Amino acid sequence: MSETKTAASRQQSVDDLYEESVHWHLNTGDETIHAKRMGGYWRNIKWLAASSWILFFVGPYFQWDGRQAVLFDIPNRQFHILGVTILPQDFWMLSLALLFLALLLAVVTALAGRVYCGFFCFQTIWTDAFTWLEEKLEGSPQKRRKLEKAPLDFRKVRIKTTKHLLWLAISVLTGISFVAWFYGAFEIWRDFFTLKASPVAYGFIGMFTAGTYVLAGFMREQACFWLCPYARIQGVMIDQTTIVPTYDYHRGEPRGRIKKGVSEEERTTGDCVDCKQCIAVCPTGVDIRHGQQEGCIMCALCIDACDEVMEKIGRPTGLIRFESFESMEANQKPQPLYKRPRVWVYSAIMSLALLGIAYGLTSLAPLELKVIHARQPLFVLQSDGSIQNKYTLKILNKMGEDIQATISATGPEGLILVDADQVTTARHGKVTPRTVFVKVPKQNLTEETSPIVFTVQGEYNSQILSGERKSVFIGPRL
Amino acid sequence: MAENNPFPGENNTGHIWDDNLRELSNPPPRWWMIAFWASVIWWIAYGVLYPMWPTIDGNTKGIMDWSQMQEYEKGVAEVESVRAQYETQIEGLSASEILAMPGLSDYTVASAKVLFGDNCAACHGGGGQGGPGFPVLADDDWLYGGAIDNIQQTIAMGRKGIMTAHGKILSDTEIDSLAKAIEAGNPTSDPNFTQKGCIACHGMDGKGMAVLGSANLTDGIYRFMPADGETLLDSIKDTIKYGVNDVTEPKTREAVMPAFGDRLSKDDIKKLAVYVHKFGGGQ
Repeated sequence: MSETKTAASRQQSVDDLYEESVHWHLNTGDETIHAKRMGGYWRNIKWLAASSWILFFVGPYFQWDGRQAVLFDIPNRQFHILGVTILPQDFWMLSLALLFLALLLAVVTALAGRVYCGFFCFQTIWTDAFTWLEEKLEGSPQKRRKLEKAPLDFRKVRIKTTKHLLWLAISVLTGISFVAWFYGAFEIWRDFFTLKASPVAYGFIGMFTAGTYVLAGFMREQACFWLCPYARIQGVMIDQTTIVPTYDYHRGEPRGRIKKGVSEEERTTGDCVDCKQCIAVCPTGVDIRHGQQEGCIMCALCIDACDEVMEKIGRPTGLIRFESFESMEANQKPQPLYKRPRVWVYSAIMSLALLGIAYGLTSLAPLELKVIHARQPLFVLQSDGSIQNKYTLKILNKMGEDIQATISATGPEGLILVDADQVTTARHGKVTPRTVFVKVPKQNLTEETSPIVFTVQGEYNSQILSGERKSVFIGPRL
Repeated sequence: MAENNPFPGENNTGHIWDDNLRELSNPPPRWWMIAFWASVIWWIAYGVLYPMWPTIDGNTKGIMDWSQMQEYEKGVAEVESVRAQYETQIEGLSASEILAMPGLSDYTVASAKVLFGDNCAACHGGGGQGGPGFPVLADDDWLYGGAIDNIQQTIAMGRKGIMTAHGKILSDTEIDSLAKAIEAGNPTSDPNFTQKGCIACHGMDGKGMAVLGSANLTDGIYRFMPADGETLLDSIKDTIKYGVNDVTEPKTREAVMPAFGDRLSKDDIKKLAVYVHKFGGGQ
């Protein structure tokens, strides 16, 4: 009894699927993709990954030591990241950070495909959020298509206006949140509404608003197809060992609809029932059964859809699953990670980049010294028979307060630093120049140029800070 | 022609030559036309807002009353207003007082760099390193004293030291012996130095007198450096023989610092004095 009932309900749900399937077709770019939303394992992972972008919105409001925890203060040329202040002189670390991120993208793509595209990319996430709103307001994909074709009446205007206003609100919030990282989170809200923000800030908010609205509201998957270079770059990073969402055509083909009255044992078709649910849920509108392709952002939503259908009709799940070309084609077991040279090379470069950043962050000199030797004249003979050189010292103070700094120098024997006891106020976050003169008795010079080392020293919070710099002392040709 | 068009429906103008060569009437794309008319509007608006059209006695002014000169003057005024606070301070202070104030003397050095380049560098070099026949300003050997007031006076009033040509007074051997003693840095070791009256100007110890502007002969720094191919000894002998600024001697050394008091303002001279003092030899 219960068996016939489940068989009947199963037949019903299959019939529903086929009835629906006429709506789903491939994306040829000439109409808006209205993807079906379904729950599932990967859908949940996607929400989780997307939630990492919450940090983008709330991050600027965190405080640290009485100021914004992370602030990229471009007008004052300093980046504050928690307790660390990074000045332009430390920017080499940024290139290492970029190298690390670029390789992270490469290694993840080589191992697991376009994880970034499918789960973390702002284009994917914002589009997802926009279509979620669309579904809440306009209903299911079929209803949305109907509404699009419907004549312009009051209801349509109301729904569309609400939708676009909400989209714009998200876009403006995106713009303001972006600028907040550079401008100060509380200041930008205050200045934005009192019309006191700089034209640059308004410009960036405008750009981001327009960009978000157009890209997530209208361009959507077209941005991935035609605009995004990463989509293409990542495509070539994939190899035969990369696990990507794959349709198991050995199992699925020949695809065929479930026929009434044909039992599972008698069927001559493969596991694919051609319900087109995988196309229905695809945010870029591709058919995964054609194999891996440029339009696939590897978000795995088709896996959820297929599994659900397979469960419904009582066939094993995983007809579409994360699988590498190698194991699908040659039935090979995937090579362990440590046997793949790519993993080693990428990891080595990433570790080096990380090490470099770690070294940079731990050796951030609080007082830095630059020495510029005067060129005109290179040296001057003084009346006491000594040779005098002139230097411009540039003292960079990266601490939060001014430091009273003293200069000393070591070099050729008998070296005298003129006004050595003079104290210089090294202004915080700035470069303070000071001109110094160094005298060496002529007879002590054994070479035309001799090495000389300058040291700057100062006290900050009862801690002695110092910086050093090598330079040369120049005398007459011997 | 048009009434029996052999190519109907392709939107041609009806102008057909050589059977099939014809002129089509395809409008430019919409976006192109929008950009075109936007440019025209831009051009008209620009002409209304900004100076654009030449007229017989000049040009149209535009309703925004904008001109490059005004913008330039605005920029200059902005810079002047930043400088003003320092300039008024400099006006009320003496050169030595300016020198004693760290912030103000830094400003003065920055500001006098241009003055020095325009007025002094031609002879004394961009960094005060001197030049052939012109004294070094970066050392601490000063003919007329290296205190800030002396330097200021030198700039304002100029200098013209005089040394008699001794070629007619001294014998060649005497000149030779004196020059050698001077080259060795010890002029007083030669009895001629006292006997022939060198001490009158260069002092008992040979270290010169700032009041007269006479040179210190003991420190190895020479007002007149040897020319190319000349030895230091020959150069010293020349100076003794022909003197400095001696009108009776055609081969005399010429050494004139012109007075800048009537060319530069008092403040500019103060600034220059501070600038020169800070070359490294100021006293």
